[in-house]
Amino acid sequence: MSPPGSLQFCVRLLRRQLVLAVRRPIEIGNPLLFFAMVVALFPLGLGPAPDQLAGFAPGILWIIALLSNLLTSDAVFRSDFEDGSLEQLLLAPQPLFISVLAYIGAHWLITGLLLALVSPVFALMLNLPGSAVGTLVLSLLLGSGVLSLVGCIGAALTVGLKRGGMLISLLVLPLYMPVLIFGSAAVKAAVTGAAAGPYLAILGAMLCLAIALSPLAIAAGLRISIDA
Amino acid sequence: MGHVSAPLLAAHAISLERGGRELFQDLSFEVLPGHLLQIEGPNGAGKTSLIRILAGLSRYGFDGRVSRYTALLYLGHQSGVKALLTPRENLAWHVAGEGQYSDEQIETALAKVGLYGFEDVPSHALSAGQHRRVNLARLYLSQCPLWLLDEPFTAIDKTGVLELEALLVRHVEAGGAVVMTSHQALQVTYEVRYLSLVEGLIL
Repeated sequence: MSPPGSLQFCVRLLRRQLVLAVRRPIEIGNPLLFFAMVVALFPLGLGPAPDQLAGFAPGILWIIALLSNLLTSDAVFRSDFEDGSLEQLLLAPQPLFISVLAYIGAHWLITGLLLALVSPVFALMLNLPGSAVGTLVLSLLLGSGVLSLVGCIGAALTVGLKRGGMLISLLVLPLYMPVLIFGSAAVKAAVTGAAAGPYLAILGAMLCLAIALSPLAIAAGLRISIDA
Repeated sequence: MGHVSAPLLAAHAISLERGGRELFQDLSFEVLPGHLLQIEGPNGAGKTSLIRILAGLSRYGFDGRVSRYTALLYLGHQSGVKALLTPRENLAWHVAGEGQYSDEQIETALAKVGLYGFEDVPSHALSAGQHRRVNLARLYLSQCPLWLLDEPFTAIDKTGVLELEALLVRHVEAGGAVVMTSHQALQVTYEVRYLSLVEGLIL
């Protein structure tokens, strides 16, 4: 029997990752809970002035999305490393470039996509104008993809370390900055009625670049982590 | 049978040093179809390191070169069995990228390793030995000619060991090859080759 093609294998891996995630619902719920908690804390800390909150809302929402992504990306390869599945993945005949896309895809689906979909509720809590909600969702959809791709580079490099969490932050936070800047700028533009399109286009371009390059870095990082 | 066939794996002058200690030096050998090679040595002799080098998991930190001419199956210390998946799912969605097996093939393989009736039980309900057995079921499914097995008998009961030995012999008789580490001597009638890491030669 010949081994499956790389795309077929990628789909199989994606399905496996999603089934694993669904069987540990706490890992899906955690980022959402984190998002809800922090959003609920901001009005208490900043004072319940609706106008003021609306001004800060784009930045607040984007920073929380970024942090919740950072918190979860640490675990993408962790359990597969610990039980030996990662070694087997590295020995698979299919190219690692395609295979890791399944891991990233699964991570994005259960964090980025979910956050983007529920973000209108949180936007409402922070009094973000209704006209900017569409842009918020769109910018989170694009931006969280970049965050997942970049976060997985850090995860791949630190998966062999006992306490990789802090190191991940140091490694990937600088790469998160452009996403944060353009993501929140898109939402701010939408709030003031300016065109958000250019910012979204730049986020899209970052996403394309990240899809093309980060699997290379992730594959190399995983090989180094397994070798050590 | 082996002398006319091409090698499945060849090691060229492999040397490994760990923590300032030379584990082995200038190790060269070929694995031909029909070979059943057992790597021997006390704890810490570098058996696992050698088998990881042969598999291609360790790519740096050693001297020499390994040529791999065929698809290989590697079973390491860790079982690679996901506790949240059932044995059936573990095999069907295995990350080693082997072929798509039918339900029937998977059931047959699980029955052969004594897991009949456990196909759809979550793996976290299984014992450590049963986890190893889920992993060993891959040997019944695999089409890879070359098997690299690191301590395959760990946590396996006596009858399981006998069955596994019989399977290894069937595999090499069918033209496959096995490289394995184990502390126990194989109880088989087949000719076993030994590679002693202490003496550094094939006996």
